[in-house]
Amino acid sequence: MKPSREVGIVGWGVYVPQWRITSEELARGWGREWKRYAAGIMVEEKSLPGLDEDTFTIAYEASVNALKRARIDPAKIRAVYVGTESKPYAVKTTASILVEALGAGGDARMTTGADYEFACKAGTEAIQTSIGLIGSGMIDYALVVGADTAQGAPGDALEYTASAGGAAFVLGPSSESVAVIKASLSHVTDTPDFWRRQHERYPAHTRSFTGEPAYFKHIMAAAKALMEEVGTTPDDYDYAIFHQPNGKFPLRVGQRLGFTPDKIKPGLITPYIGNTYSGSALVGLSAVLDQAEPGSKILMVSFGSGAGSDAFHIEVTDKVVEVRDLAPKVMDYVNRKRYVDYSTYARYRRMIKMLHDFSSY
Amino acid sequence: MRDVYVVGAGLTPVGNHWRLGIRDLAVQASIKAMEAADNPKIDYIVVANALSGIVDGQENLGALISDYLGMIGTPSLKVEAAGASGAAAAVTAAGLIKSGMADNVLLVGVEKMTDYTALEDSNMALSTSIEREYEAFFGATLESLHAMVMRSYMRKYNVEEEAFAAVPVLMHEHASTNPYAQFKFKLKRESYMRSPYLAEPLKLLDAPSIGDGAAAVILSVSPNSPGGAVRVSSWGQATDHVSLYMRKSVTEFPAVRLAVKRALERADLKLSDISFYKIHDSSSVAALIEIEEMGLTERGKAIELVDSEDSRRNGSTPINPDGGLKARGHPLGATGVYQIAETYLQLTDKAEGTQVSGARRALLLSAGGLASNVVVHVLERV
Amino acid sequence: MWAYWLSVPEHWREIPARYRLEGGQCEDCGFKMIPKRDVCPRCGSKNVKTVKLPRRGRVLEYTKVWNPPRGYEYYTPYVIALVELEDGTRLTAQLTDVDPDEVEEGMEVEMVLRKVRVSGESGLIAYAYKFRPLLK
Repeated sequence: MKPSREVGIVGWGVYVPQWRITSEELARGWGREWKRYAAGIMVEEKSLPGLDEDTFTIAYEASVNALKRARIDPAKIRAVYVGTESKPYAVKTTASILVEALGAGGDARMTTGADYEFACKAGTEAIQTSIGLIGSGMIDYALVVGADTAQGAPGDALEYTASAGGAAFVLGPSSESVAVIKASLSHVTDTPDFWRRQHERYPAHTRSFTGEPAYFKHIMAAAKALMEEVGTTPDDYDYAIFHQPNGKFPLRVGQRLGFTPDKIKPGLITPYIGNTYSGSALVGLSAVLDQAEPGSKILMVSFGSGAGSDAFHIEVTDKVVEVRDLAPKVMDYVNRKRYVDYSTYARYRRMIKMLHDFSSY
Repeated sequence: MRDVYVVGAGLTPVGNHWRLGIRDLAVQASIKAMEAADNPKIDYIVVANALSGIVDGQENLGALISDYLGMIGTPSLKVEAAGASGAAAAVTAAGLIKSGMADNVLLVGVEKMTDYTALEDSNMALSTSIEREYEAFFGATLESLHAMVMRSYMRKYNVEEEAFAAVPVLMHEHASTNPYAQFKFKLKRESYMRSPYLAEPLKLLDAPSIGDGAAAVILSVSPNSPGGAVRVSSWGQATDHVSLYMRKSVTEFPAVRLAVKRALERADLKLSDISFYKIHDSSSVAALIEIEEMGLTERGKAIELVDSEDSRRNGSTPINPDGGLKARGHPLGATGVYQIAETYLQLTDKAEGTQVSGARRALLLSAGGLASNVVVHVLERV
Repeated sequence: MWAYWLSVPEHWREIPARYRLEGGQCEDCGFKMIPKRDVCPRCGSKNVKTVKLPRRGRVLEYTKVWNPPRGYEYYTPYVIALVELEDGTRLTAQLTDVDPDEVEEGMEVEMVLRKVRVSGESGLIAYAYKFRPLLK
């Protein structure tokens, strides 16, 4: 899948809330022994949103950072897509708020905008849509966000990884890009490994079924098909980024595809902040752009439960160096942290409620 | 212009009047005032109130109160200027008499604040006196603005938190013998420092509590009254930016300065002509700044006056001889009328328990919002 | 009490100021303000144009609020501050992402967009500016 006009990343930006809770503290909350119960997932701690944060506020700051690096007038953006599974409003597009906050589409707000949902791959899905719009010449610039304040049910295994954060990308013509998206393809099947029903607060999942038939099958199929189409092998890539629901799966799927851990680790951020769902692979890509040399080749494969994978072949250009320091990097946000205990966590995630609380959400 | 006299007063104690609604409180105080003035023919009713719309869901208070007083047909209206509603209503009422539109006016201030029992609700109601869209919306409360003023004052004049105890200690001392006061007890300085923060560094004992109350006076063109008369000899009013952030200085209340100046100049008076002061101690720091803006002390020095014997009832400069907002109570829109009613009793030697002996003339200050609408009256013995 | 429920039109018409820090500047005396007014509060001129205000500033004064109004209970304690932006414009805002005990006069801050108030589970989410210490 290649567009007729080549499309690339003009600017990137991330945001991760400052709040952290350790896996050990989460285990303590439920009287579990951390080493036996949670250490295997290789996530030491995870981020959580503050009381005044949600997917929109995360998307906003990530977008502001992406625009700083893109160095373009937001008025030139003619498509705004937010990929998320934790929309602040079930019905009312997060993108509409983002358009207004950034001034996309100029004073007349002549832009399209929508929220995408495909579990953890909603953000990469939005990238593909934007490639279509820019690649066809319909528009010149799009803003794409993958962000979540992921829900993990109290006491559930997902509580150790479901976190908050996101990444934003200004996409545009390859001539202005810090990284060119040379090719992309997707693979989708009906594989119900994880879902959240319409009126439920927390998602349900199928434990070990989420592994082999879901995560591994889809990522490997998409990765192999893309490499075959582009004519590459794992050896041709400097970096590989896979969806990172925990610290373990990306290394394992990479190994099975033939990628050494040193190509995966620069973009493996989940061990420090948990799984940011729609932001997961995209925060990883941002971390790689924060450090990659011009000429580097990147393979990125997302995974969204339900299930599907989007694969991208990306090549870094010379421009990456000059814009890198124009906004905070992934590690700046990773290292900016304040720890909370389980009771504060429960309050911040609104798992406990006040009587007569009119500020609830 | 014609002279205006206060010829009768009626008060209810300030407190939690669980069994009395806004109309009951207003009617009780009004009947007392009218009886004290030997029931003159009332030409106009002016109601002072700040929160009935938001707390009671009741506006049109003018008609409601004339109705419940059995006085339908009498012209009536409500005047609102936040915490200065009572004083602003007095300006309106006096204006009706001066102009000849009325000979006798019933001025009744009433506030029913306890019908919502949660502080969050009271705070929201009180926040209507600051700028809603660019202060209150962001979570600022009237208290939080006082707190920022207090911190600035502390820094500017190098004042410790403990020192502010002087204000509530004075107010409670004076209120302890006032039969109408909400808090009839003296306060120890230690209790002040132990009291919880409302908005740091402002503490619970820096600010008035929530309370219900009504006060009424009869204003008349004639000083003939069985209970005696007190002349309304001058008034002054000034406004300021409603929001604190728009002001040039955080530690000054220029509207107080201006209103006091206008009131004194209008009657060709000096501060030395005043026997006692009623200030609007909506917080300890507000009381201090008002004292300084009036010119009673230099800037940053008001605590010394409040702490001294001079500010006591038999001192040289008595301040709030009836206990002020802090301890007499602050039923918001009624407070200005309480000040007038209490001063009427003082200047006719009827202030039971709180009499300032030989008082001739008093200056009354009401400051609505964060001193954004300030009204001053000077009352004197006839 | 009416104010439990946020007015949608009220928030909507304030969006330019609350989301993008659009204020006013007097074309005669240069005074800057938020929100924009029809009349300059300093010189009285009626020539006031719309301007975008800078996102950075410093804390002039602050307080930690323990006694909140309805709708802000869950965030308590929170910090209210007077902020002076880089161009001298002043405003009132909450500080966020900060330990209230670490706030001090002169602290450098930058604008972020956060939830300021929410009308219960079913109403409007009112986003608006808050300020946080500059990222290091």
